[in-house]
Amino acid sequence: MGLEKFKNRNVGTQNYKKLDLTHPPKSGWCRFKQVASRTFKPELFVGLWVTLREMINALFRGKMHTTQYPLEKLPISPRYRAIHEMLRLLESGHYRCIGCGLCEKICISNCIAMETRYDENQRKEVSEYTINFGRCIFCGYCAEVCPELAIVHGGRYENASEQRASFSLFEDMLTPIDKLNLQQEYQGFGAISPNADDNIKKTPLAY
Amino acid sequence: MSEIEPVKNMISITIDGKEYKAKEGEYILNAARANDIFIPAICYLTRCSPTLACRICLVEADGKQVYSCNAKVKEGMEIVTTTPNILEERRAIMEVYDVNHPLQCGVCDQSGECELQNYTLELAVDSQSYSIPDTKRETKNWSSVLHYDAGLCIVCERCTTVCKDMIGDSAIKTTKRGGSPLDKSLKGSMPKDAYAMWNKLQKSIIAPSNGTEYTNCSDCGECVAVCPVGALVSRDFQYTTNAWDLKRIPATCAHCSSGCQIYYETKPTSISDRREKIYRVTNEWNYVSLCGAGRFGYDFENRDAKKDKEAFRKAIEAFKKAEVINFTSVITNEEALMLQSLKEKFGVKLINREARAFQIFLDFYREYSGKSLYSLDFKEVMASDFVISLGTSLRNDNPNARYAFNNVQKMNKGAGLYFHPVGDNLVPTFGRNILTFTHKVGHEEAVLLLLIELFSNKDDLPKEVKEQLDREKLIELLGGDSKFEASFAKMMKKKEKFSLIVGEDLYFHPKAKNIVKLIAILEKTSSVKVAMIPPKTNSLGVALICDLDDEAKGYTIGYNALGDFRLSALGDGDLDAPAMNQQEGTLTNMHKRVTPTNVALEYNGYTLHDIVKELLGSSTTYTIDWTPKLPVDKGFKSIDFDSLPNGYSNDGTENRGYLLNNITSEAKEIEVDKFDETIALDGDIAYRCNPQRQFSDFTNKAHQIFEEFALYASPKRAESLPKRVVVEFDNGNLELDVKVDERIEGDIVAIPDFKSSKNIYELFGASRYQKVIIREV
Repeated sequence: MGLEKFKNRNVGTQNYKKLDLTHPPKSGWCRFKQVASRTFKPELFVGLWVTLREMINALFRGKMHTTQYPLEKLPISPRYRAIHEMLRLLESGHYRCIGCGLCEKICISNCIAMETRYDENQRKEVSEYTINFGRCIFCGYCAEVCPELAIVHGGRYENASEQRASFSLFEDMLTPIDKLNLQQEYQGFGAISPNADDNIKKTPLAY
Repeated sequence: MSEIEPVKNMISITIDGKEYKAKEGEYILNAARANDIFIPAICYLTRCSPTLACRICLVEADGKQVYSCNAKVKEGMEIVTTTPNILEERRAIMEVYDVNHPLQCGVCDQSGECELQNYTLELAVDSQSYSIPDTKRETKNWSSVLHYDAGLCIVCERCTTVCKDMIGDSAIKTTKRGGSPLDKSLKGSMPKDAYAMWNKLQKSIIAPSNGTEYTNCSDCGECVAVCPVGALVSRDFQYTTNAWDLKRIPATCAHCSSGCQIYYETKPTSISDRREKIYRVTNEWNYVSLCGAGRFGYDFENRDAKKDKEAFRKAIEAFKKAEVINFTSVITNEEALMLQSLKEKFGVKLINREARAFQIFLDFYREYSGKSLYSLDFKEVMASDFVISLGTSLRNDNPNARYAFNNVQKMNKGAGLYFHPVGDNLVPTFGRNILTFTHKVGHEEAVLLLLIELFSNKDDLPKEVKEQLDREKLIELLGGDSKFEASFAKMMKKKEKFSLIVGEDLYFHPKAKNIVKLIAILEKTSSVKVAMIPPKTNSLGVALICDLDDEAKGYTIGYNALGDFRLSALGDGDLDAPAMNQQEGTLTNMHKRVTPTNVALEYNGYTLHDIVKELLGSSTTYTIDWTPKLPVDKGFKSIDFDSLPNGYSNDGTENRGYLLNNITSEAKEIEVDKFDETIALDGDIAYRCNPQRQFSDFTNKAHQIFEEFALYASPKRAESLPKRVVVEFDNGNLELDVKVDERIEGDIVAIPDFKSSKNIYELFGASRYQKVIIREV
């Protein structure tokens, strides 16, 4: 292909071609006729049929293409920093948090507060723990600094609430003891999402 | 505002090629620290004897390796702080300390304020060359306040050193650990000092020295303060917070006249209660030592006070019709000055019994010695080598005076004489050269006569004093024996600086005037210099600022004391007042120093300043606006509160507030009365004296101080008494439980005065000793 065309940068002298358009309808009647002829064409029923076919496929033949939120949720990438979770030790079921206070210290929006005490087993016990989600900016420093992998970001990303400040207590975030077997180990910030394999598709080149 | 005295005998030394000045006879380590040069050291404590446990302070002096904590500087000495060999030793020492040290830094209460951690990082220990089987080391609670985690202990022996050399309790010592012996082959292969240090470390651990599981001590908590790791922690503080969360507020302790510098460390109470709470009290333990009251008696604040307008109106009315204001010495200089202003404007009488007695004593002292204040402060007492204590129950009245008495014995190869009617079995344990005299109540003049006889230049004495000096008779009268002369001669060897501590017994003494005269003569004719213990927190300040009255009747306002209308920082009065940890102002302490204290906890009620402002119509905004108004003619300085420093510098110089001026005047001619030995009290005697750690209603309010308001007696005496007794005074009775104080000897019983509601001063009147009848309930 020659490049002559591109070298001509004198746009002012290009040749425009005028389309042969029909004149717009003049009277009311003519306008009505135009609307009616444009609306009622057989292609309309082709479209309606496609919709009906897909509806039947989705509802009765199990060929649904959309995610039924909020009934159904897509797994979220571990890189996403959602509401915190407190994990337990898998063997003993005891919570992992040792009460070192590093998360409280590192928190840049100052939304973590904790109380600790000397317990009966001569250990440091976390007696109270809260995160103020009205202030939390989900920076993830708390999870990053935690030496015990006790506080992590979970997958709960719905943060809408009735109040600007909503607090979570230790118990709210702690893995329920009966769901210990379902506790997911935190993969780290660089990890790929759990359904990454499913998301792999052929590059659609067919168009 | 630093008040560095010109120091004599400065010599020059070279450290790492640079020339510095140092005090003669000082240890290399201290000389380096004073010049802001860093030499690592773990086991050394300023003001205590070198322990030589850590050996990390190795330096090279004039080409020879020495321990800088133990070697003294010499003129022209050349010191090198690091050589390859020293660095190798230090690194090996830190590696050894790290062997088997639990990796629980995350929960350890030291939370980063850890010297083990710091030095491990400083010496870049990144690998471990040594190992040994660990020994099981149990965690123990030594007392109501002390928690010892042997697993974390690195046996630097700072706790035992401070307990022995500074506190004097010697309640803890090193004991056998039962660890496995070191591999002998290490002796050749590892650095020499590191091996020696490890060898010692592997054999020892700390335990109470009385052989039991529990310490028998004054629970001062100084061992907790000096612990470089988290091995010793106060039980109440343990695992409650990290050090980095605490806000440090420099203040002055409000419990006794020592006025130690402390830091209140605060943080919100809990997640639901965001009001600040004091979690602990810390101190600059290299330069000041606290007692149990100062360290653990911190939560005496008036927490829930609010601005009650009605109560305030009533208070103003009450002040308008008041004839008397009754107050205690737990008051700032500024508030004392406000009360004095009220007296000047409205003619109210000011009653403060303990300060009044001290004021009279000081007035006499000024008259006869020509000085407005006593000669020595207690730092100078600590620097003396012969210390005498008279008229004070050293163990109970003022912990820092006791520490000074003890420290002189331990550090200055000192000697001590202790005169007191109540026998004490702790004082003789302070050192080998201590003689105690348990004399009769009322024979204090005889003690002074004996001191004049022992120390004074006889030629300068007035005739009537000379006549009374019958050495043998005096010694016998005071309960001394024939061995006295020999022991005294031994005690006097190589002594240069003599100090005399006098206390409250003498201020509340029927012959106080004559006693002052004898003290003035003693000071004039000998090298003994006197230091006085003001009876309570700010008694010295009150005595200087206020024009106090002896007796008064009529409508009384009580400020933390009894009265018809009561202002109280304890929360039980008609109008709330701020406690000492909720207000700013200055206190005058026994070191003749005016020191600032700051607000640790918020206070929402009215203060005395609000009342005085309303009454006097003054234009001041804060209590501290009164600080520069303190009377200059009494020795105070006109300095704004905000420009008063509160800290110590590296060489131990105390930069706290300012020293009072000791104003000199013409001394009066002294005519001494004849000593009458028949004034001695006989029979059952009660002594007005608080148990250790109790000083006032405020210490009593603190939850970690629980010494009861009871009658304290020696074990022997307590045996002969029923469990609960009625003590009959001339002017009233008192019903008390009987408690044993194992440190007391003899028959005199101690009755505390820390509860102002019991009005103990009224019962005892003008003396600290009273004849009483003790009977069963």
